[in-house]
Amino acid sequence: MTVNPTEEFRAQLRDWLQENCPQEMRDGGLAENAICWGGKNWVFTSDAQKQWLERCAAKGYTVPTWPVEYGGAGLTRDQEKIFHEEMGAINARSPLQSFGIWMLGPALLHFGSHEQKLHYLPPIARGEVRWCQGYSEPGAGSDLANVQTKGEDKGDHWLVNGQKIWTSYADQADWIFALVRTDKDAPKHKGISFLLCDMEQAGVETRPIKMISGISPFCETFFTDAVIPKEQIVGTENRGWDVAKYLLTHEREMISGGGAGLSGGGRALGAVISDTMEEMDATLRADAMRCEIDALSIGLTLERYKDQAEAGQGAGDASAMLKYMGTELNKQRHELMMSAGGSDALEWDGPLGNRAGDWLRTKANSIEGGTSEVMLSIVSRRVLGLPA
Amino acid sequence: MNKLVLTEEETMLADMARGFLDGAAPVSKFREMRDAGQTFDRALWKEMADMGWAGVLVPEDAGGSDMGFAAANVIAQEMGKTLAVSPFLSSAVIAATALRQVSDARASDALAKIASGEATYALAVDEGIKFDPEGTAMEAKADGNGFRLNGKKQFVVDGALADRLLVLARTESGLTLFDIPADRAGIQRDASNMIDARDAARITFDDVEATGDDVLGSVDRAMDVLKPALQAGQAALAAEMSGLSAGAFAMTVDYLKERKQFGVEIGRFQALQHRAAHLWCEIEVTASAILNAGRMLDNDPENAELAVSLAKARATDTAKLSVIEGVQMHGGIGMTDAFDMGFYMKRARVGAEWLGDYSYHAEKIAAARGF
Repeated sequence: MTVNPTEEFRAQLRDWLQENCPQEMRDGGLAENAICWGGKNWVFTSDAQKQWLERCAAKGYTVPTWPVEYGGAGLTRDQEKIFHEEMGAINARSPLQSFGIWMLGPALLHFGSHEQKLHYLPPIARGEVRWCQGYSEPGAGSDLANVQTKGEDKGDHWLVNGQKIWTSYADQADWIFALVRTDKDAPKHKGISFLLCDMEQAGVETRPIKMISGISPFCETFFTDAVIPKEQIVGTENRGWDVAKYLLTHEREMISGGGAGLSGGGRALGAVISDTMEEMDATLRADAMRCEIDALSIGLTLERYKDQAEAGQGAGDASAMLKYMGTELNKQRHELMMSAGGSDALEWDGPLGNRAGDWLRTKANSIEGGTSEVMLSIVSRRVLGLPA
Repeated sequence: MNKLVLTEEETMLADMARGFLDGAAPVSKFREMRDAGQTFDRALWKEMADMGWAGVLVPEDAGGSDMGFAAANVIAQEMGKTLAVSPFLSSAVIAATALRQVSDARASDALAKIASGEATYALAVDEGIKFDPEGTAMEAKADGNGFRLNGKKQFVVDGALADRLLVLARTESGLTLFDIPADRAGIQRDASNMIDARDAARITFDDVEATGDDVLGSVDRAMDVLKPALQAGQAALAAEMSGLSAGAFAMTVDYLKERKQFGVEIGRFQALQHRAAHLWCEIEVTASAILNAGRMLDNDPENAELAVSLAKARATDTAKLSVIEGVQMHGGIGMTDAFDMGFYMKRARVGAEWLGDYSYHAEKIAAARGF
């Protein structure tokens, strides 16, 4: 009898999870504070959270598809699917999440030198260094390439001055990856470099921005004569926009994945609502059904695009579609969760925890990472070829 | 693993189908048929059979090409793009899948006749205005060694011209599926004047005799045979509707690029660009549900219900949006009979009802997802 190698992997993984995933980590980690972000400033919420991160990191399971030498498990696409299925089957929390995993990692794997990969990737995989993103600037909004933060060439380093905004969790991050204008005379997209910057140095300051959700995940970050050594550039000087675009594609896919409701064990919205409501009224139920149909279909589209990418057919500009559909759906989903929660959902830290905060947070989904309108413009111009 | 990308064979099949249909069954051909009051083109069906389409789900030893459900979806999707008229769904997909559940010489012979294009089938299930097989009231009363069928069916797609009928009727302790020739004594077929100008019928059964040999599968256990057939039909219909959406959408985008108002192409207007882009997103997402349904039917048919209902529900919704936007963005011309968009709109509406509407499938999904 031949053993299907993927099924053999599933059996091994299942055993490993049974043995190594602490019981407390098997609740899907739905609450905001259940997410482990890692980094120098991270305070573990429990011993189990720490243990879970360490065990996963040792196996490369924090970044399952990254190569083993950079801290990953080197899983194939088929194995990755199984990994998510088996994690979902026991409702296991994600051991670690970070912008290092979602955004910088893929960009470094594609554009970084071997030395850079060896230096930066394993600490991300182990949750030792937490990264934030320095893209947006005041007044730029979706006009992302409108970068004013400037880097002066000082031979072995750049001297950086300027301001970034919407730098998520910058107040807790150790390093920042930033777009900096290194050639002010070049055309808008051609004079930008992608630089990595240690935030624990003179000239880098960060300030949280309080949001409507009552929390401050976003910050402003100021650069005043900050020194960034030349070896901390990713890709080619003045061609940082290529890196930025590549990374944005990953960001869009990541954001849409959350919207599809595949995180948190992939439970149906209607089932979640049923937890607190004995009988759903007809309108709410119909809306939940529509939401479920869309969520499952968008989830399948995410899968399809990954399968296409593996088959060498990159999604390219079509990833704008995933971002648009995923985030709009996520907003709808949270609107329905609010309706289902009724007055219980209206209190800060009320009977439903942070449901209102989560709902308010989703309002940014269709703004951050490019607005829904920008996504639709990308589709209409670049996919459909409508005239600009 | 269920890879959600077309295989090389499926891509070739799609290309071949597109090439053939563009030549042999373009929308202009459908218009000619409509104007001539013709709802079935036997010669075209014979050509499709010769290419292996009629036998796409028929085993090779019965003369079929046995390409599978995902492949059937690929063909249906291409047919939807040009609004090709054929008994593909009723005969090659639904009847063939039902017959495949039964392994006897009679079923094998029937499958061979489907594959060669010699016999066409129609499925007679609906009795009321909505799809509800479990609610079937038509009676098949035991009479000696056989049965007597009495009752009425409506919205029997391909029913006016089909050679044979699959009829669902209530027997003593359950539902039973009969496979009978359409010209048997006591059967009266009245062609329905459908908005999409295709073959459908109201059929009256007045003391129609059936024998044990006419039963497909076992007495009182119709769903063993019918359920897989319905699922295959729902998935292929969803695929056809997604092709229909894509066909209507292509017309709309072309129009946005060429039609000028206020001195510029209307495709420059952001209001229209964003609506077109949104529609494309919906079509793209629905394509994933269709592909997934085909894969599930081929690889894990026991658990395909959720995937199939997802495909049919999404395809119904997307086709509706596609034709509504198609007419709206074409303006007044989109409302004229001289223009093809109306054909897409009418076909989409009929497809929405056939084999379960959006609500029917949404309920199945809710049940499968635990609420």
